[in-house]
Amino acid sequence: MIHHTIGNAGHLLVIIAFVTAILATYAYFKTTQASTSLQDLETLNSWKRFARTTFFVHMAAVFGVVFSLYWIIGNHYFEYHYAWKNSSLSLPTGYTISSFWQDQEGSFLLWIFWNVILGFILIFTNRSWEAPVMTIFALVQAFLTSMILGVVIPGIDLKIGSTPFLLLKEVMPDMPVWKMDPNFIPKDGNGLNPLLQNYWMVIHPPTLFLGFASTIIPFSFAMAGLWLKKTHEWIRPALPWSLLSAMILGVGILMGAYWAYETLNFGSYWNWDPVENTSFVPWLILVAAVHTMIIARRNATALKTSFILTIATFVLVLYSTFMTRSGILGNASVHSFTDLGLSGQLLIYLLTFLVVSIGLLIYRWKMLPSDEEEVSTYSQEFWIFIGATLLCLSGFQILATTSIPVYNKIAEAFGTVLNLALPADQVAHYNKFQLWFFSLIIILTGIGQFFWWKRVGKDKLQALYNPLLLALVISAAIITFEGVKDIRYIAILTASVFAIVANGSILLDILKGNYNLSGGAITHVGVALMLIGIMFSSAYEQVVSINNSGLMISRSEEFTQNDNKENKENITLWLNKPERMGEYMLTWKDVRIEPRHIPSYISKSWVDLIEGDYRAVALRDIVVDDKQYYAKGDTLEIAPENFYYEVEYREPSGRVFNLFPRVQINPRMGGIVSSPDIQRKVDKDLYTYVSMVTNPTAEPVWSQTENFTVNLRDTFFVNDYVAVLDQVVRTDDVEGMQLAEGDAAVKAIIRILDNEQEFVITPSFVIRDRMVARKPEVNKELGLRLQFQEINPQTGQFTFSVNTTQKDFIVLKAIEKPLINILWLGTLVLVIGFILATIRRFRDFIKMRDREAKADKRKPGKSKTSVVA
Amino acid sequence: MKKIQIFGLVIIAIAIGIIVTTAGDASTYVDFNKAQQMADSGDNESIHVVGTLKKDAAGNILEMVYQPEIDPNFFSFTLVDNNNVARKVVYKSTKPQDFDKSEQVVIIGRMQQDAFVADKILMKCPSKYEEGKLETTEHTAQKS
Repeated sequence: MIHHTIGNAGHLLVIIAFVTAILATYAYFKTTQASTSLQDLETLNSWKRFARTTFFVHMAAVFGVVFSLYWIIGNHYFEYHYAWKNSSLSLPTGYTISSFWQDQEGSFLLWIFWNVILGFILIFTNRSWEAPVMTIFALVQAFLTSMILGVVIPGIDLKIGSTPFLLLKEVMPDMPVWKMDPNFIPKDGNGLNPLLQNYWMVIHPPTLFLGFASTIIPFSFAMAGLWLKKTHEWIRPALPWSLLSAMILGVGILMGAYWAYETLNFGSYWNWDPVENTSFVPWLILVAAVHTMIIARRNATALKTSFILTIATFVLVLYSTFMTRSGILGNASVHSFTDLGLSGQLLIYLLTFLVVSIGLLIYRWKMLPSDEEEVSTYSQEFWIFIGATLLCLSGFQILATTSIPVYNKIAEAFGTVLNLALPADQVAHYNKFQLWFFSLIIILTGIGQFFWWKRVGKDKLQALYNPLLLALVISAAIITFEGVKDIRYIAILTASVFAIVANGSILLDILKGNYNLSGGAITHVGVALMLIGIMFSSAYEQVVSINNSGLMISRSEEFTQNDNKENKENITLWLNKPERMGEYMLTWKDVRIEPRHIPSYISKSWVDLIEGDYRAVALRDIVVDDKQYYAKGDTLEIAPENFYYEVEYREPSGRVFNLFPRVQINPRMGGIVSSPDIQRKVDKDLYTYVSMVTNPTAEPVWSQTENFTVNLRDTFFVNDYVAVLDQVVRTDDVEGMQLAEGDAAVKAIIRILDNEQEFVITPSFVIRDRMVARKPEVNKELGLRLQFQEINPQTGQFTFSVNTTQKDFIVLKAIEKPLINILWLGTLVLVIGFILATIRRFRDFIKMRDREAKADKRKPGKSKTSVVA
Repeated sequence: MKKIQIFGLVIIAIAIGIIVTTAGDASTYVDFNKAQQMADSGDNESIHVVGTLKKDAAGNILEMVYQPEIDPNFFSFTLVDNNNVARKVVYKSTKPQDFDKSEQVVIIGRMQQDAFVADKILMKCPSKYEEGKLETTEHTAQKS
């Protein structure tokens, strides 16, 4: 049965949400007008009541949409395209939530959802700002809900938005199955991309989208400030939100980075991918805006800049959305969404807010104050302003390069062909700028704090000498001790150490007084730590898996140049054959799978995988850590895409540890995806992944059978190995066979000599009811299958048939990342700093708000309106 | 001149510097003939070439070599660019795992003698679930 109701309800609720968003925009607009023109209280209140009601209806409708979509996914209604495409029966419940935002429509919905929550909070925390701020909010909501509207305007055939409530039949009407059965419902869905079945992917998208969504708050306050000519007053309520937004967006970006580090195999946490860049640039600008907002009350230039940067942050978020969702990135990015035909709509969204906000700013520009006298070079404002400028330049540089695909498109629109591509070596390209920008920025955090707290002035510069001296001594020690030689790294290291010392000493002073004020200094220390961590872990990363097996067969001269040093960073490991790698002795021991209800991996050979299913049959009792989980023959649930390659590392000290890099059979990503396993030490990470494996699900391809007829103790050659038939003995135990009385079984004991190892293979030969059963034995290390073919009683000779196959191997790469933990530590410090700063600024706002309310109550005659407003 | 004006000029100068450098660093999409010309004239810039794999009538990929048991860090294949010019491509790293399925390949690198040495390979694979839509994946030959 097709569940039409829930989909129709969802679709209807989207339309209601869209309409109420437009109504709320209008109603809040009217409320704002009524409050500024000081009309009678009656009109104002009725507009306000109406505005609130429509917004609450909008909110309820959004919740309804979210509920409907979740209901469809959670109940596995695979007649719906969204559920079919993004979830499956076997998906663990935790990840069902992630399938909600796996696709574009769902992620828009997530954004819309956060916006209504934020709007709700704003309605109840702000008094005088509610109406103008919510006007902007509701307008944004109208645009966002239009993206998932899914309405086709008849006549001109214009599609507005793409709804997640389409039936499979509506999305793929050409499938032949509809002709046979128009009510066909797939039994199972396609499932969530296994790469995204990771706990970080459950919390990263909501965090990132909350970060994106929250940038609308400072933007709305800035717009409201311009609109109501409250050019200074908007800063105080907006600042805590700017800080909160910067923290959430920053955390969201870092979660993505951490997920990439753990899951993807490009060996790093940052890839300068356009999708990463376009979320990072708004963050940089937002942080710059926070700084100018802090000094805006004292400095008119900073106030003007705060307007520009707050607007820019929001517009850049929209630009980022446009870039990742319009399909414009095409070749350039690994993980942008595919084009849903929304590019036009997204462009209108972007341009509307760009034009309206810049238009309003220009219109009001004359009204903004200007500074009477020049700002002094020795003032705190000057240094903070320089810092903010550098942050903007850094963002500008990233954006200029990331937008290359956009230039091509623009040129195309004007009829020329540009054919520009992203720089071939992106890392070098970005580092060339960013390293210096950030060295300067981080120095300025120290200087700025000194000017701010110590009131360092023209004649008090000596206050800076002590931290400077201390920083130089510490940096010199680190440079010598760690052997940092490159001037660029010395620069960023010294700058970061200076920032830590300077901010740290300020921090100590503040802590003696009021810890509430310590947010800024703590955040700066966090950033400096992150920079040090990033510098060491990327500049001094070291490939451990240098191929020195001597197997390299030089082909032509071009590959032997540079002493073959280039590109030998992967080594081949054969099953159970130890290989030296750096200081370690490596052995690939086994392939393991991941059972759902056992807290560790188990050997793949213990189970029989059921093809196309998420279950396997136990071939033996499954005992892990003395606890029996399953008996032989039981069916157990597994993660069917994931295979773990057990690699043993033996250190020179004799200490042994195992790593389990993962290989995922993932048709959604085009085949096989490998993820690293990381040995975490305090001072460095050992990052290991397999870059090539023989497909773990494929059956081996055996060579043609070759027969050997030999005597006892004879030596013969199989697959270039020396084999010796040691003995043929009677046996009572043949695996996979129940021997009954009257059955006769013998097994041959064949020794096979490899270079360093000796293997024993024991194929058996069973006679039951005059029938012969031959149980072959497979040795994976040697890539051999031996079958006991015949016993010749007359000659006393034995015949064996032999097949060979490609021996199992993996190709592995291992990298050491020194001091990466400093990066994560810095992240933590950064977050703590942001939280403290946000709390402080929020308290400031509450104090001011309550003071205003009191003041208004005392003078009831003067401005009645603002009491209610 | 006021301080703020000097400041503004400096910012504009830096911004122009950024744009000029970006334009200089930006790579271009070219075909093999152009790539060859660039190499012959001593231009060592890294470039992008878009093409498809050389296949026989049955769809089997031709002239592809990867023997991890001998050398896991050597992979070569033949790419046919949009003008139907075929060249040998050498990638000094492991063969990207989904390579065989790719419909379109973008190689980034330069011509050296008769072969194109790629530092990076981007692939567009047909996505099983989205008919007519391609997904891109990226691989880099990392240098120590």
